[in-house]
Formats: sequence, structure tokens, C-alpha cells
Amino acid sequence: MAKVRFGIVVFPGSNCDRDVAWVTRGLLGCPTRLIWHREADLSGLDVVVLPGGFSYGDYLRAGALARFAPVMGSLAEHVARGGYVLGICNGFQILTEARLLPGALVRNVNLHFICDRVGIRVERQDLAWTRAYPCGATLTLPIAHGEGRYVCDGDTLKQLQDRGQIVFRYDPIAPNGSVDNIAGICDPSGRILGLMPHPERAADPDLPGQDGIPFWQSIVTSLAS
Amino acid sequence: MQFQAQIQIHLRPSVLDPAGAALQASLHQLGHTQVQGVRIGKHIQLRLEAPDAETAREQVSELCEQLLANPVIETYQIQVDPVEG
Repeated sequence: MAKVRFGIVVFPGSNCDRDVAWVTRGLLGCPTRLIWHREADLSGLDVVVLPGGFSYGDYLRAGALARFAPVMGSLAEHVARGGYVLGICNGFQILTEARLLPGALVRNVNLHFICDRVGIRVERQDLAWTRAYPCGATLTLPIAHGEGRYVCDGDTLKQLQDRGQIVFRYDPIAPNGSVDNIAGICDPSGRILGLMPHPERAADPDLPGQDGIPFWQSIVTSLAS
Repeated sequence: MQFQAQIQIHLRPSVLDPAGAALQASLHQLGHTQVQGVRIGKHIQLRLEAPDAETAREQVSELCEQLLANPVIETYQIQVDPVEG
């Protein structure tokens, strides 16, 4: 079985890039390449990860400047080739700024930076990202963000609901005030996923909480088969 | 010609501004209970070269659409003035 090849984009200010590499390379044994934001070569990759952190210091808006990094042009080509893209936390913010996912992520409703472990309900089991989760699973995953309140207009929300693009919801309630308790969404194809929780911080057997393990197993087994 | 542009960016009225709400609550706490509708935005100023004010305004509008504002959640107002001398 061929191993899934991961690329992790490193922006100035990314700080979860090596956490992801620890999981994909260290725990899953998959070939993993760290890609500096000025590089444009995403050839030979199955999954490109935009990791958490504070790309470009979150200046102007979170993700706004990262959107125009040289690597982002190549990311559009990767998507056009049928490649998979995962945006975690700041990566999710970048995907919305780049319009690869609809809506936006704004300041948490209570203005607090929230660093906590929260309930996350898996709403779609049929995606390459979530297949290994049991039906109706509610997970406990870490979140750590100040701007994670998902917002979009009414028409966009209806589209997300009707097309089944809401992949993860906070359970029982979004601590950041996200509309419809949204914690993660995908594009209509299901290949581009953005989420605020950190599955890479809940995957090492030596750490408390392993609800992120099936997430990584899902994508690895889905793409390898 | 050189122009000076002043750009005001605000969250759309439909998007809750919790920072504005917190500021308003503090103003009320100080006794300024007549204050309502506090919203916090951004102010960006820049200079640019353009043949006339209309072109300068169009160019700044393009900057706003492309990067300075996020039209999904924000609105913007532009003021363009010629730089004297």
C-alpha cells in the first residue's frame, strides 16, 4: 500500500507545523515535507496542510496576508489536480481568506482567547477525513484561538447545510459564538477541509486525549486505498 | 499626481462587533449612558500616484476589494485628496 504524501506549509508565524509533522511522519510513518511559504513546488503531494499559528503576525486580518504567499498559487493548482487540502485553525482562516472555503472567522464573541478541550460532533462520516470515526461520534479536541467565530450570510449558511458541508460542530455549544455551532466545513467536493480544533494535538499516545487519531487514520487509509 | 487616501474599514452591520459592545458597556459604566451603537473599525492611510482623483479612487477601491478589506464581513469608505506641492 503506497504511503500518503503530506506537505505542510510553513508561514512566518506558523507554530503547529511540526506538531502536524510529528503525527504524519512520526506516528503514521508517512513521507512528510515542510514547505516554506516562498516555495512553489507542491508536486508529488497528496495532502497539503496549512497549519495553525499566527501567519504574518495575523496583521490586518488573520490569514489575510498569507493568502498572497507564493505557495498559495501552487495550492490552487494542487486543488485543480484533485489534491486534498487541510486547514487547521490559522490554516482554516487562510482558506476562507483565499475563498477556497466560504464565510470568515472573526473575533470570539466573548473576546477571550480560548485554550481548552471541547466537545466536537462529527457530522459527516462519508468523507476521506472522517471515515474512521464511529457514527454519531462526539470527540474531545483541543482548541486554541482568539478569532474562531465562524460567520457567513444566510444564503451561504443554507448552502452549507443543504450540501452537507458542515463537517464538525461544537457540542453542546460553540464557545466562540460560531453560527450554527460550526467548527469545521468542507468545499462541495469534500477535498478541502477547514477546522478550528487541533486533531494533531490529540494524536500522540503519550498525551492526554487521542480523539484526533481516527482523523489522521481516516485520510491515510482513504487515500492509500 | 500624488494623492493621499484615507480608508475606513468596519465590520458589516450584520456582523456582531464584541469589542465595540465591550467598549460601549465601559462607557455606560463611566456614566455615559447616552452613548449607543459603538463599532470599532480600522483606519488605513496611504499615498499613491495617479493621473486624477477618480482613477486614484478606483485604484484604492481595488486594493480594498483585493486585500485591505474582506467584503464577506467588512465594508469600507474611501476618501482621496491631492497631496499639495
